[in-house]
Amino acid sequence: MMDIIVSNLSKSFGSKRVLDRFNATFPARSVTCLMGPSGCGKTTLLNILMGLMQADSGEIAGMPQLKSAVFQEDRLCESFNAVANVRLVCDKGVNNEEIIRHLERVGLAGSWQQAVSELSGGMRRRVAIVRAMLAPSEILFLDEPFKGLDQDTKQMTMQYVKDNIKEKTVIMVTHSLEEAEAFADQLIVMGF
Amino acid sequence: MLDRSRLEKIGAIFFALAVWQLGAKLLGQDLLLVAPTTVIQRLYSLWITADFWRAIGFTFARIVLGFSLALLVGSLLATLAAKYHLVEVIIWPFVATIKSIPVASFIILCLIWLSASNLSVFISLVMAFPIIYTNILQGIRSTDHKLLEMANLFRVNWLKRIKYIYLPQLRPYLTSASSVAIGLSWKAGVAAEVIGIPAGSIGERLYEAKVYLSTSDLFAWTVVIVAVSIVFEKAFLLLLQGLFARLEKS
Repeated sequence: MMDIIVSNLSKSFGSKRVLDRFNATFPARSVTCLMGPSGCGKTTLLNILMGLMQADSGEIAGMPQLKSAVFQEDRLCESFNAVANVRLVCDKGVNNEEIIRHLERVGLAGSWQQAVSELSGGMRRRVAIVRAMLAPSEILFLDEPFKGLDQDTKQMTMQYVKDNIKEKTVIMVTHSLEEAEAFADQLIVMGF
Repeated sequence: MLDRSRLEKIGAIFFALAVWQLGAKLLGQDLLLVAPTTVIQRLYSLWITADFWRAIGFTFARIVLGFSLALLVGSLLATLAAKYHLVEVIIWPFVATIKSIPVASFIILCLIWLSASNLSVFISLVMAFPIIYTNILQGIRSTDHKLLEMANLFRVNWLKRIKYIYLPQLRPYLTSASSVAIGLSWKAGVAAEVIGIPAGSIGERLYEAKVYLSTSDLFAWTVVIVAVSIVFEKAFLLLLQGLFARLEKS
């Protein structure tokens, strides 16, 4: 696995320039946290790296093929339960029992049979996190993954994520110094 | 326990029947307006004949076949139109023409091409097709693009995309389109039979009622058409609901 090198990346929305010749290196198999004030372009950068958005100019080198993500929104299939939502992205080798074990680790024992539309915001967030962890991937994008979780649940979920991101390149957007301290091998502060 | 709105509906039906009975009694001429009690008596005398059931079977099979073909063709073409703009452009004049041409003109025109016995299949298909096609195309178009982005990022295969993303999104569109299309298939299909007069059909019975000025037969067969159409619509929607529920639990 190679480092991901971003060179001179620019992106504008109308007359507003969100990214202006942005340069960074994201080392392989390490966690890079992106921090900065709202509107500084963190999520835009993540969306470009994920391939969901086109940059106006610039280059990205070394991006792996297998990607996984916790998006800013949960992006779950509402009428299906948590297991089905996770199974959607898993390889055939991952069975329901394994998925349930992961859901239990983030405190969703007993809730996985309900349609995700019936779950609370925090529960839905954890389903999205488990989905991202179990999807086959070399790189993981996390956009404010612990948003909306209470302190105890956040600690439990952070530990779960730590246990499951070993050997993966991770790019995480966060506003929380606590999260950055817990995860970051490298910290990039944007917008200054 | 019956809820309030259901009780209100039942009350309204009884009120309408009472108005009908009173109107028929005041008019006193069965030829102009037959009383509901007479219609019930006529229905009972028809009910016990084999020809009654054969006529229902004949018409039911053809209209249901027409609707099913419309569902199949409409879904298929809507999927292709959603994927390839050219398909949508090519289909557009056909859909616009079908929507604007009066059903009677269509029936007479088709009678030149087709045998009377198969006319109702084609007319039901043609009338139901634009509704199914338009609704499914709209349903596919309104699919949450954020979910599709998620599916792209996770490299979800097309079969899973259909099951987890497209079908749940299509559910309300398919349900409302089916409900409208079934009603229209029955109206247009029976109209085709009345004009084409295929032997052994409900349309033939309606035509005979007109020729022999048998108002009680006309009303009795109309009640049968409405009842069979409603039963089929409810059964189909229940089946659809069951399939979606099974899909979500699988």
